[in-house]
Order: sequence, then C-alpha cells, then structure tokens
Amino acid sequence: MEPTINAGDTAWVLISTALVLVMTPALGFFYSGMVRRKNVLSTLNLSIITMALVSIQWVLIGYTLAFGTTCKGLIGGLAFLGLNGVDGLPNADYAPTIPHLAFSAYQMMFAVITPALITGAFVERIRFKTFLLFTVVWATLVYDPVAHWVWGVGGVLHNLGALDFAGGTVVHVTAGFAALALALAIRPRHGFGSVTMEPHNIPYSILGAGLLWFGWFGFNGGSALAANGLAVSAIVNTNTAAAAAGLVWMALSWRDDKPSVLGIITGAVVGLVAITPAAGYVTPLASIAIGAAAAPVSYYAIKLRQHLKFDESLDVWACHGMGGVTGALLTGLFATTAVNSGGANGLFYGNPHQFVVQLEAVAVTALYSFGITYIVAKALDRTLGLAVTENEEIVGLDIGEHGERAYS
Amino acid sequence: MKKIEAFIREEKLDDVKAALRDIGIVGMSVLEVRGHGRQGGVTLAGRIGTYQVDMLTKLQLNIVLSDHNVEKTIEAIRKAAAIGRPGDGIIFIYPVEDVVRIRTGERGQAAIMYEDDIDAREKLKSPGSKHD
Repeated sequence: MEPTINAGDTAWVLISTALVLVMTPALGFFYSGMVRRKNVLSTLNLSIITMALVSIQWVLIGYTLAFGTTCKGLIGGLAFLGLNGVDGLPNADYAPTIPHLAFSAYQMMFAVITPALITGAFVERIRFKTFLLFTVVWATLVYDPVAHWVWGVGGVLHNLGALDFAGGTVVHVTAGFAALALALAIRPRHGFGSVTMEPHNIPYSILGAGLLWFGWFGFNGGSALAANGLAVSAIVNTNTAAAAAGLVWMALSWRDDKPSVLGIITGAVVGLVAITPAAGYVTPLASIAIGAAAAPVSYYAIKLRQHLKFDESLDVWACHGMGGVTGALLTGLFATTAVNSGGANGLFYGNPHQFVVQLEAVAVTALYSFGITYIVAKALDRTLGLAVTENEEIVGLDIGEHGERAYS
Repeated sequence: MKKIEAFIREEKLDDVKAALRDIGIVGMSVLEVRGHGRQGGVTLAGRIGTYQVDMLTKLQLNIVLSDHNVEKTIEAIRKAAAIGRPGDGIIFIYPVEDVVRIRTGERGQAAIMYEDDIDAREKLKSPGSKHD
C-alpha cells in the first residue's frame, strides 16, 4: 500500500499527543500530593523540568536513537539526528497514514513521561543538579535503546515477537526498575521509618490520577496510530482495566482497614499501567482480568517494600514496575488476533510460546534498566552527589533547591 | 480573674460557641493548634493498610473571666465539647494579673465587662448583689 496521509488518523494522533503531554504534569500532581508540604514545588518540578529536558533531548538525538535505521537491532542509527528528514510526509515503517513528524512528536511524549515516572523513588531528597544530568543520561542510555528494541523496525525484542502495545515494558518496566535501582543508590529520607511522612494534600493526588486516567486514552488509544476500531478497542480496555483495578484495590484496602481514597486511585493507576502493553491485543473481558490481577500484585509489592523498610518513596517499582510486568506477562496469555490481526495469539488462544516471549522481553528490559540505572546512579553519587545535605532536606527542597515556598 | 484555655475538637466549635453564648460568655479568641493528648494520635487509612498520625488539628479557646464564672463556664464547655471518646480535649485554668481594654484604657474587671454578659444577667436576676 502506498503511504498516504489520512486526515482523521493525523487528527487523532495530534490529539493523543496533547493527551499524553498532560499526563506528565498530572503525574507531578499525583506525586506532589503524597509528599510533605515543604517539598511540593520540588516534586512538581521534577515532572515539569523533565518535559523541557527530554523534549530537547528527543529532537536532538533521542528520536533517531529510538527510531533511526537499526544498527544490529540494538540502537537506531543517526539518520534522524536533529529530526533531519522527519517531516510532513508519511513514513512507511512507522507512520504510513500520518506525517512522520506527528509520529515523532507523539513518541516524544512517551519519552518525556518515562523518566518523570522514576522521580517518585527519590522525592524529598534528590539534588536537583544531579537529577538534571541523570535524566538526560537515562533517556539516552535506557529509554531510547529499549524503545528501539521493542518498537523499532529490526529491534531485537521486536524481532523476537514481543507484544507491547503502548509501553508496558518500554515505559513502565524500565521506569519501575530504574526507580528500584535509584532508591538503592540514594540514601533514605531523614527520619524514614521513625517519623510519619503523611501525604500533605490527597486531593492533588486525586486530581493527578484523574488527569492520568484521561490522558491514558491518548497513551493507549493513540498507539493505534489511526482513528479506527483498534483505537476504540484500546480505549475501552484502558478504561475497563482501570475500573477493575480501582475496585479490587478498594476491597484490599477495606479488608485491611477502610476503603482509602488514595488507595482507590492508586489502584486505578496500576490498572492503567497493566493494560498498557495489552490494550490493543485483548478483549474487554480480558482487560477486567488484567486490571483485577495487577491490583493485588502492586498492593502486596508495596507491603513487601514497607516490610523491608526500604525508602522507594512513592512506590514507583511496586506500581509501575510490577504493574508493567503483570500486564506484559498477561498479554502473553490473553492476546488474540481476533482483536488485532497484526498482533499474536497468547497462551489462552493456543500459543504458549507468546508467554515465553513476553517473559524474555520483560526480564531483559528489567535487568537492563536496573543495571544501567544503578551504575549511572552510583557514578553520579560519587561525583555530584545524589542527595542534598541533611540540613537542606530538613528545611525542605522547595526553599533549599528553588528558593520558593508552595503556600504562603 | 482567670483565663480558661480549652482545647476542643474542631468540629465541636459551633456547639461550644452556642453553649457559651447561652450562659452569657461574650468575648473569646480561637486558635488553630496541632497536638495530641494522652491518646497519642489516630490511625488513618493509607494507600495500603494504615498509618499513625500524632499531630491532630484542635482548636484552642481563650476566655478571660471573673473567678466566680469559672465553674459555670467549664461545665458549659464540657457538655458541649464532649462526645465521650478520647480526643474530646482538655481545659487549663490560669490566674490573670490584669486586663487592659485598648480602646478605653479600662483596667481589670471593668475591661472584661460587656453588655448582656454573664454578670449583667446575674445582676438582672438579683439586683444589688456584689461580686469580687
């Protein structure tokens, strides 16, 4: 088929680009509601500045590393350096019905939110200067290559047959396991384990989660890259999985005490994470199972993390890492070519091999992200220092790092 | 003269204000404070399970009044502020050396008198009776 631009497809991808963009400040609100009032601006800013930093990185080098012509399936070549040649014309590999530049812009928003997800691991103590460098290095060394492996034509995991509709492995597994590595490399917060660190504004977190849910329609629905039945399928699955996970989390939290609202919205976000790799490959009924299964995995992952007295502050590993792993593996069970002829059948549709492929893709991605992140974080800790001084931490990062206060 | 400092549940302020108005306590100041008493705090539901918070928002009422009005006032506060559970609050009573009303310069007892206050009502009931 000759690539030609379809106006409807292009409009939907542009709208989806804006929907995914808003998820990053939404994430900032989701996280900042859970920190103490002296670190609100700092926490919001970790998301906001990532939008600025990674947008530039993506235009300069990120896009070509992720989607340039493959070098042995490991990394994209430099053909698209500085978005050279990425223009209003379609691209047969990635964007047969929309401008290549629209595809690149849409993918930029994924590259932006992924490092922002990691920030929940080290809020309330991260040194801003070190964070800036970390984010650029991480986007270049972890996000761009993994995006190439999974989504790039000729990428190693792509060739293996791994299914990842909208970034369960590329976004959530990489971010979740990077969060784990960084939390191991940075010191815990002063007083962690002995002082109660109460969320300062749960309505912020609810606002953030609501906007994440909204934006996720673009994240998963837009990944169809067309205004078609597959996009609808992805949106319906996305909403259904979030609903199922929110309800299951409510039940789990109710069994332990009362149905916590912060818990319910956390559950919804975990459902959104888990459906991300599956959204365009499964039926709505399967998405109920995926959301319902992901909630207890993340819930008990948080319990385990708390039990180990480990300060991975906002549970990025438990929610995004383990939610992403659950979703990617369950894609290997529930995927069916009846939903997406371009996909594959999973174990429940007679193809157990798909589950093995998913397991391999998840393991490779998690190990790579964890390993590289740990090395980078340790190197930064030795040189610039990952955490602020204890005095600055006690005063709070809003005043200490930014010279501002959130509330007068 | 005495000063009453009453630490009460924030949700009971309206009840306590009404009870004090009923007995003729006119002047007061209210502060938002954080703290805890013997119960040590409360348990809240978290993302998973529960956690303890020990700093709770309470209201502190300050009232300065004549010695002979103290018992009646603390009874009114107790009745209106209690729900019968830990966290109902506590009342402290201190001696007051002097009072100055800024507008008029009145001192002592005269500075805490109001029209229709607790003492004015007493006088209406029994004209001529004297208090300290």
